[in-house]
Amino acid sequence: MLRIEDLSIRFKAGTPDEVCVLDGIQLQVKEGSFVVVIGTNGSGKSTLLNAVAGVFPPERGRIEVAGQDVTRWPEHRRARLIGRVFQNPFSGTAPHMTVAENLALAARRGLARGLRWALLPGLMRQMKDRVGELNMGLEDRLESEMGSLSGGQRQALTLLMASWVRPQLLLLDEHTAALDPKAADQVIRLTHQIVTRDRLTTLMVTHSMAQAVHLGDRLIMMNKGQIIFDAEGMAKKSLRVEDLMARFEEVRRDEQLDVSAAKMLKALYI
Amino acid sequence: MTLLLGSLTIGLILTLLALGVYISFRIFDFPDLTADGSLALGAAVSAVLLVQGLHPVWATLAGAAAGVLAGAVTGLLHTRFRINNLLSGILVMTALYSTNLYVMGRSNVPLLSVRSLNSLAEAAGVDFFGRADISLFGWPVMVRDLTMLGCIAAVVLAACGSLYLFFRTQVGTAMRATGENPLMIRALGVPTGWMIVVGLMLSNGLIALSGSLLAQYQGFADVQMGIGMMVWGLASVIIGEALVQSRKLGLTIVGCVMGSVLFRLLIAIALRWGLNPNSLKLITAVFVLAALVLPSLIGQWTRRKGRA
Ligand SMILES: Nc1ncnc2c1ncn2[C@@H]1O[C@H](COP(=O)(O)OP(=O)(O)O)[C@@H](O)[C@H]1O
Ligand SMILES: [Mg+2]
Repeated sequence: MLRIEDLSIRFKAGTPDEVCVLDGIQLQVKEGSFVVVIGTNGSGKSTLLNAVAGVFPPERGRIEVAGQDVTRWPEHRRARLIGRVFQNPFSGTAPHMTVAENLALAARRGLARGLRWALLPGLMRQMKDRVGELNMGLEDRLESEMGSLSGGQRQALTLLMASWVRPQLLLLDEHTAALDPKAADQVIRLTHQIVTRDRLTTLMVTHSMAQAVHLGDRLIMMNKGQIIFDAEGMAKKSLRVEDLMARFEEVRRDEQLDVSAAKMLKALYI
Repeated sequence: MTLLLGSLTIGLILTLLALGVYISFRIFDFPDLTADGSLALGAAVSAVLLVQGLHPVWATLAGAAAGVLAGAVTGLLHTRFRINNLLSGILVMTALYSTNLYVMGRSNVPLLSVRSLNSLAEAAGVDFFGRADISLFGWPVMVRDLTMLGCIAAVVLAACGSLYLFFRTQVGTAMRATGENPLMIRALGVPTGWMIVVGLMLSNGLIALSGSLLAQYQGFADVQMGIGMMVWGLASVIIGEALVQSRKLGLTIVGCVMGSVLFRLLIAIALRWGLNPNSLKLITAVFVLAALVLPSLIGQWTRRKGRA
């Protein structure tokens, strides 16, 4: 469903601050697979998701979604295949438009937009039903401005918007990180419900080890723009929080070794 | 009475300018200075076609179409060539100054003796009432002024209505979302660049229409008539927002009409009281500055007081 070959991205290429944020990523995700992505801050998780979504063109490599080579497609064209939820609850919705208008925009994802009424009666009925399924009482607030809702409510609606038209691929970038624990819990339960019901192929970045262990059927760990650990099937099921913590510790130790080795080399040769 | 009718008519004509500025400035958050150039462009194109004897309705539409084109250029400069939004507008505005001179062949084209919407309105009015002036609430008024006001009001009403309907369609809502949250709407599959281009075409088309009507009403087109008009439109939008106190689409459009008419009326009264017309632009600019700065200053002040 998703196939990434030798994907590399550098920022500020050709300047002294050049950073290689993605370094030859190879990844294949099967249809219906739910992949959890973890990694330290700055390891390139968001960049990986953004590259798949088409926010910036890759320096090298190929991206294929649902059998189509999308490497050269602009962001809005890839949106036909891809649904997204961002870390910041403000990023996924238009605050001064009503809940219904936001949902109506999402209902046309990947479809032509014409001079027809945005809020058609049939669509409004459908909204009542599907928002009602969230069990958050939001079906009575379709006429409210999006900006008047809480972060958790907005994130739940963004999730509904991303999956309103069934996406071939769902990208979630730490979509619960900015929420309080209770709201985060609710959004995670909703994520699980939608992904399993619609059997969506999903990439979910998270900083929560509990989520990483309990959700998904595959886990990848990133460090310095590379995938350094990949567990699938039984190996993923048997992972515990302690295993992941040990992995992170290992990465940290290696890094310290790197730093001290670099110091030693400097001392010797410079 | 004539003063009141006159400011009402000009206020309504400039409502189209205010709507255009509202679209670029508020809906797309794009401070589009093309406005100054496209207002004069609409006037220039219509004036030249009127002098050549084209039917006034076609001449007016051609003026508006020229504005649509100018908006497309600004939009493409910004979205295709990634030129900063202010600069794109300034470039097109500057180029339009010469273009307008070129179109008109000189800096001023009088329209009093040619067939224009104004003279059509006069003829229709005289036909209807049977004479050139009637009394309205005991005041003598020119029938021409009255019919012109009626026509302009109809045009403005139609423009407001269609804009309101348009911004509730699928494309229209996508445009509003482009201004509010481009990140989100791209993720939903909308090419934001094209939305901005089409939005600026719409905005400058309305502004050029406003310029064309203004030229016909006042009886001349002048290459200078666009200067400072974007700020004028912005002032009207700000007054309108203060009047309706809402961000709801329908109300803000009504606000544009009220703001534009009220602003024009205030200025007319001030001029009547002996305000020097040369100070007009300065006063408009200071007014807009105050409207932009005062709210945050007042906020700071009350916060400091609250802490003390
Ligand atoms: N637009 C950008 N320009 C320059 N550097 C960037 C940009 N975006 C991200 N980076 C850098 O790329 C690295 C990876 O960022 P990111 O993918 O956001 O990490 P993560 O999501 O794993 O925390 C960081 O070091 C960050 O500073
Ligand atoms: Mg990140």
